[in-house]
Formats: sequence, structure tokens, C-alpha cells
Amino acid sequence: MAILSVNPTRMELTGLKTKLATARRGHKLLKDKCDELMRSFMERIRENRSLRAKVEAALSDALADLAAARGVTGGDVCDAALMLPRRHIELDVTEKNVMSVHTPVFSVKDAGKATDAYSYGFAFTSGEMDDAIKTLSDLTEDLLHLAEIEKTCSMLAAEIEKTRRRVNALEHVMIPDYEDTIRFITMKLDEAERSTTTRLMKVKDMMLQQGRK
Amino acid sequence: MLRIAVLGDAASIYGFAALGFVTRPCENREEALAALKECCDGSYGVVYVTEGIASLITEEIRARRSEPIPAVILIPGLSGNTGEGRRGVEESVEKAVGSKLV
Repeated sequence: MAILSVNPTRMELTGLKTKLATARRGHKLLKDKCDELMRSFMERIRENRSLRAKVEAALSDALADLAAARGVTGGDVCDAALMLPRRHIELDVTEKNVMSVHTPVFSVKDAGKATDAYSYGFAFTSGEMDDAIKTLSDLTEDLLHLAEIEKTCSMLAAEIEKTRRRVNALEHVMIPDYEDTIRFITMKLDEAERSTTTRLMKVKDMMLQQGRK
Repeated sequence: MLRIAVLGDAASIYGFAALGFVTRPCENREEALAALKECCDGSYGVVYVTEGIASLITEEIRARRSEPIPAVILIPGLSGNTGEGRRGVEESVEKAVGSKLV
């Protein structure tokens, strides 16, 4: 039981009652927010997991192919082949509001043609390289989606953690403190009222006794 | 319009150039830090970092989490999948749920 350091007056009591009502309302709202954030988070995290597994598997294949290409034709040829890429990808980033968390939404603008990925003549490069570029090219969309969803998940997780702390602070600290303080002030005021009544009765008795004399 | 960058050892990332991503080869912590700093100037939307390089600059990457862009995403490098990326996802779950799920 913790009582806030306030003067036990009627004014403080009214103030505290208002604060308690606000805290209860805030607690309910934040709890609802936390629940909704959790629901959105759970929805996304499953997709995040499966997408990451898919992207990691495909990337490992592509990287293995690229390594093989380097082995077959030599690093210089590979580097020269991709020295001047024809594709220039540009991102358009918009924001999406998920329970007042502003998460990014990535969309590709002007990715060029898929065939632009092959910025080299096929004469001196190996087939592994073409395979790798094809895999990577097909993976672009998934890579971007992974970036979007992973960023969203980490932002949502941070917000959930923050909101949960607030909910707990309200539920276990602020609201009980307010309730205890209100009870304390009410009891103090009642006590003061009783003592006034007793004093008045005593005074009345004394006055009556004096009158009789 | 924002661009996409890839950070990592040269052999792992040179293929991404074909997609139009900006490749920033780096071999050690200093180079990686410089490249990451450059990528965080607001002109990049997504920065992919290979797990090998990411392990050298863990704290700096963690510090970027709260900002909406760039999204720093870990990808496996040529040296193999260390599971660091998946661990990042699990960390988010732990943060959100409040305890570690089995």
C-alpha cells in the first residue's frame, strides 16, 4: 500500500478521483492497443519466418552459383561482367499506420526489364552466373517484402514492449496508488467530521452544564 | 526516390549489382562502419548486410532498429548461414511476447 504525499483535503480528493478515472480509461485504451498490436504482430511474424527461410535458401543457392562462376571463369571476368549494371532500381517508401506505429511500405519504382539484369555478353561468362542472376532477379520482390515485413515486425515489437510497460505501470502502480490515497483521504475526512461532531456534542454538554449552574 | 544497398564481402555481394542494388564491399569493422554510416544518410531505403559483416557491427545495426528507414536486413553470405537473421526475428518475438518461446 502506497499513499501519495498529498494533503488530505476535499480538493485533493476531487482531483485524485478525476485522475483515477483518467488512469482507468487510459489503462483500458492502452490494453486494447496492446492487444491489437499483438494481433497484427503475430499475423506478420509467421509470414516473416517463412519468408526468411525461403529467401535464405534461395540466396544460398544463388551465392553458391556465383562462387562457382568465379571459380570457372575467374574473379576478374565476373567483376567485369557486372561492373556496369543496366538496371537501376529505385524505391518508393510510403508509410502505413498500424495503431499509430508508422511502418514503411516499400514499392519498386522503375525496376527496368527483367532481361536488363544480364548486363554482359554471354561469351566469356559461365552458365552458373546466369543461373545466379536469374535466381537473384526472381528473388528481388521477396527480398523487398522481407525488408518491409521484418522492419514492421521489429517496430511493432518495440511498440508492444513500450505499451505493455505503460499498461503494467497503470495497472499495478498508478491505479492502486490512487485508490489507496483516495481511501486514505476519505477516512481522514470522515475522521475529521466525526471529531467535529464529538467536539460539538461535548461543547453543547458543557454549555448545558454551565447553564444549569 | 530511395536506393537499395548491400554491404558485405565482395565475393558475396557482387551479384546484387545486376539487380540495380548499390554494392558496398567491406572486409573489416572500420570499412563496414563507414559504409553503414554512408547508407544511413537518408538516400537508402533498405540496406542488406551479410551476416558475417553484421557480426562485426552488431551494436550499430541494433541502434538503427527504431528508425523507419533504412531497414537494415541481415542476409546469409558466402561463408554460410550463421542463423543471425533468424535470431533477429526471434528477438522481436521475445520482445513482443515478453518471454522466450520454445
